[in-house]
Amino acid sequence: MKLVALIKNVPDTEAKIKINADGTDIETQGIKFVMNPYDEYAVEQALLIKEQLKDGSTVTVVSLGPDRVMESLRTALAMGADEAIHVSDPAFEGGDSQGNARVLAEVLKPVAPDLVFCGKQGIDFDAAQTPPAVAEYLGLSQALIAVEFKLGGDGKTATVKRRVEGGDEIVTLTLPALVSCEKGLNEPRYASLPGIMKAKKKEIKKIALSSIGLGAGRVGKSAAQSHGQKFHPLPERPPVKMIAGEPKEQAKELVRLLRAEAKII
Amino acid sequence: MSNVLVYAEIREGVFKGINAELITAAQSLAKETGGEVQLALVGSDVDAHVGEAQRFDLVRVFVAKHSELAHYSSQGHAMALEAIIERGKPKFVLFGATAMGKDLSARVAAKVGASLFTDCTEVGLKDGNLKVIRPVYSGKVYMETVSKAAIQMCSIRPNIYPPAERRSSSAEVVEIPVALSADAIKGRVTETIKATTGGKDVTESEVIVAGGRALKSGENFAILQKLADVIGGTVGSSRAAVDAGYVPHSTQIGQTGKVVNPKLYFAVGISGAIQHLVGMRTSKVIVAVNKDENAPIFQKADYGIVGDLFEVVPLLTEEFKAMLGK
Repeated sequence: MKLVALIKNVPDTEAKIKINADGTDIETQGIKFVMNPYDEYAVEQALLIKEQLKDGSTVTVVSLGPDRVMESLRTALAMGADEAIHVSDPAFEGGDSQGNARVLAEVLKPVAPDLVFCGKQGIDFDAAQTPPAVAEYLGLSQALIAVEFKLGGDGKTATVKRRVEGGDEIVTLTLPALVSCEKGLNEPRYASLPGIMKAKKKEIKKIALSSIGLGAGRVGKSAAQSHGQKFHPLPERPPVKMIAGEPKEQAKELVRLLRAEAKII
Repeated sequence: MSNVLVYAEIREGVFKGINAELITAAQSLAKETGGEVQLALVGSDVDAHVGEAQRFDLVRVFVAKHSELAHYSSQGHAMALEAIIERGKPKFVLFGATAMGKDLSARVAAKVGASLFTDCTEVGLKDGNLKVIRPVYSGKVYMETVSKAAIQMCSIRPNIYPPAERRSSSAEVVEIPVALSADAIKGRVTETIKATTGGKDVTESEVIVAGGRALKSGENFAILQKLADVIGGTVGSSRAAVDAGYVPHSTQIGQTGKVVNPKLYFAVGISGAIQHLVGMRTSKVIVAVNKDENAPIFQKADYGIVGDLFEVVPLLTEEFKAMLGK
């Protein structure tokens, strides 16, 4: 079975996000970039299936982005992935989710994956849009926000439990399929020291615009369908009103304020 | 004269509350463009919802019915919506930023070549094009962006717009034939499992009572549930409480949990790490109860009580009971 994990590189969850002087982007200087936390579940799930099948199935990790994504690709190789592809070309820069999905779909066509795993969203733009768009471009079935994954005994189907409002849904898929991963799906492993040593020697395959079947006008900034991007800080809240007194008085006063002042109850 | 289409979410046979909120947003866009407000009803047995849809001030209700659409499927519903878009020719298509809306919108956008902005907290127009505000970097900053596509889609968070008024309208009902074969659908929902915690999901609630590690055990969350029951709220949690095994991950609010936008948020025994704050700080009113007066949560709260939560929360429950006559 051909297993693929799509990964990206995002600011660490603790990163302080600062907006640049003209408000058109964030300051990336001094920010530590890491593998998107949800993508770790994707890599792990692909590895778990490979280990479960033990039939020569392979795991390919793919990332579209600047050179810094190589570090995350190496991490995935160190965790146990067989092959890594870095999709990189100046023409891909500034792409929107749909454009990036188009590129990733073209990269995946010759790989012909049975299962594509990815994080439920990147914690940078939080769009959660690239995974279902890749599924659409490749004609794959999909289950998003997966918290449980079971491969069918025939290897041609899968059952996924996914998080929805107020509960879970069971989605039954016929492969090939794309699954986006939520926290709780598995426990991502740490790379072992021998794994890290081996990963250093592995080649990371490069794919540029010239090796995929898309014209320059269909990718990157030239295909982006939005403009006027501007970042704003969150509005500041007025200072907190601390309620003093004995617990009984505090409770009484809070309830009074919520009705009389905040008019919320 | 750009038309605005709303995708109506129907789950488990229920016409979801988000639909009325999306109609409000659609009406305000259509007022500026002079176009029609349209609604898309997709499923197998959606006739039951036509009457409900017609109570809103809409021009047209598109109904796409097929036995293969009885259970939600990303592919099947996307094909049906594509057929509706072809017929209704909307410039704008609105979805709820819900599990279903997010599942469907990006597939449809890819199908019809539309632009899509997900999870928006503000929607408007700039020179006749969709201009939105959406939180990015886990809600640490907002991004404003404007579409330049021929078809412009967005998904809008719950609790942003008030529900549209219901009065009987004369919306025309248009049936859209959908050609679908069972083989075109490779994945579908085969079962729905209601959360054992019961009640609403935190993302759908207007009032949330969230607890942290200071609750000390899963059993102790019962005191939050009692308060939530009295004020019509839902119990949420911080990552620390989930990691300690007190409550399931489905209740977690914050960076690796859910993002919520209620009218009233209680942070009980939650210190206020940035990873939690990004999930709740758009709440309209925030109340913090913590025994540490230096807890960072107080800097983001509107009202703060320094005290022992085991003492304060039951007293609050009693005070609310008295006020609400329960």
